[in-house]
Amino acid sequence: MAEWMKLAEAVAAHVQDGDTLAMEGFTHLIPFAAGHEIIRQRRRNLSLIRMTPDLIYDQLIGAGCASKLTFSWGGNPGVGSLHRFRDAIENDWPNHLAIEERSHSDLANAYVAGAANLPFAVLRGYTGSDFPRVNPQIRSITCPFTGEVLAATPAVRPDVAVIHAQKADWKGNVLLWGILGVQKEAVLSAKRAIVTVEERVQTLDASPNACVLPHWVISAVCEVPRGATPSYAHGYYERDNVFYRAWDRVSRDRERFCAWIEHHLLRTRDFEEYLAMQRDPQVQAVFQ
Amino acid sequence: MSEHYSSEEMMTVAAARMLRNGAVCFVGIGLPSTAANLARLTHAPDAVLVYESGPIGAKPPVLPLSIGDGNLADTADTVVSTPEIFRYWLQGGRIDVGFLGAAQLDKFANINTTVVGPYEKPKVRLPGAGGAPEISSSAKEVLIIVKQTKRTFVEKLDFITSVGFLTGGNAREEAGLSGNGPAAVITDLCILRPDPVSRELKITSIHHDVSRDAIVASTGWPVGFADSCEDTPIPTGAELDTLRDLKARTAAAHGTQGDAE
Repeated sequence: MAEWMKLAEAVAAHVQDGDTLAMEGFTHLIPFAAGHEIIRQRRRNLSLIRMTPDLIYDQLIGAGCASKLTFSWGGNPGVGSLHRFRDAIENDWPNHLAIEERSHSDLANAYVAGAANLPFAVLRGYTGSDFPRVNPQIRSITCPFTGEVLAATPAVRPDVAVIHAQKADWKGNVLLWGILGVQKEAVLSAKRAIVTVEERVQTLDASPNACVLPHWVISAVCEVPRGATPSYAHGYYERDNVFYRAWDRVSRDRERFCAWIEHHLLRTRDFEEYLAMQRDPQVQAVFQ
Repeated sequence: MSEHYSSEEMMTVAAARMLRNGAVCFVGIGLPSTAANLARLTHAPDAVLVYESGPIGAKPPVLPLSIGDGNLADTADTVVSTPEIFRYWLQGGRIDVGFLGAAQLDKFANINTTVVGPYEKPKVRLPGAGGAPEISSSAKEVLIIVKQTKRTFVEKLDFITSVGFLTGGNAREEAGLSGNGPAAVITDLCILRPDPVSRELKITSIHHDVSRDAIVASTGWPVGFADSCEDTPIPTGAELDTLRDLKARTAAAHGTQGDAE
């Protein structure tokens, strides 16, 4: 049953040290505000799952929140490397990061399996590749009807899913549109779900086949305008490509990254204060 | 009128020409997306561009910077979820052409986008699979666009992320892969196609003003030339104008070059 909360309260109530956490959004609607709050509350030892780690997990990994990452593509889209992700894998900084690497198709299927309460996903995938050699979780199953050998991989079943969406009504029913990624499957595969939204409205006015998550599959809903920036929210604001490029410089160097996290996240009260700092040209001249 | 063009423009134009009008094409971000959109804006207006983020029939006015830019959704015939794109559309056998890039490639057109060096302690950690393993196995055919250097065209891959012809010959068919595999590799120097029997990549077309020695020097295995090896026609004025307009519009929209990966 969705409860309207402040984001800080929702994270405090639903994200615990050691949790398996999936924050989804396929380049669109990435829940950055929630990621920041998890860093602010200094969660540790999280097992992170996300198809495209993106900047949100680069920040969590660099800030020392994660001990494991399950993913399928780890880059800064349109820019290059995720430097904190690479530093963790290549040099164990700031700590060792265990990785479980899969393909997009596999993880998408694994979320579907989780949402459907099945133990594993079945797909045509990985044939001839080196993935099964480095990820013992990638196995095979023989079709009982045709004898075809198919890939079998464990379902994704996170403790907590976090997504961002455009709207929620007063009851906590959530509407999202545009590029949907695996957000719906992430929420339905998880034990608990936090949804941040651009705005709280009286009625969703959604068409019958719209992507609506009913309030009773969500634990907490939080109104956080611009909560997906620097990614975008279709119909609200564009992707902040300048930030994605600036992140390449900020994250390349450990000290510069730590100063950024300290100043922008650990010393700010909430996302609103962070956004005000992002708009301050004097601050940005120092950090970007 | 088209005497001045870069090797990257030649590569993009040569790759775009490979996409036939009406083909349903699963598009990777970066160079494949540039080439596929150039094809759509020139000889292939009815090509259907499918992006792994869910847009089917995307007609972006400028090149997307990320695989899930809003202009892909705004201009698509429909937008489906990511599980649906991989399950119903790719695995379902509805993709004619998979258009991929590569960090490293071997002579059987197997692709590495995972690591350079040992997996457990990589020298360079690359982004990983994305959608490529299933695109390379399930699309009816695959086109690969990649700059050709000794570092990218290697004798042995450190990791096979996405399969081409595996160990050559009938290895791909014997492994039970549904798609036909790579039809061509388009580089800034030439076009390579698999030999019909050995499935080893052979040079079948050489770009204007590129020497055979330069190609050999940029390939990490002893590469062969097909008997029928021809010259790649240079870009036409119309192809170059369309590509440059697209890049200029993209730079104006994103404040950057559209090809950054």
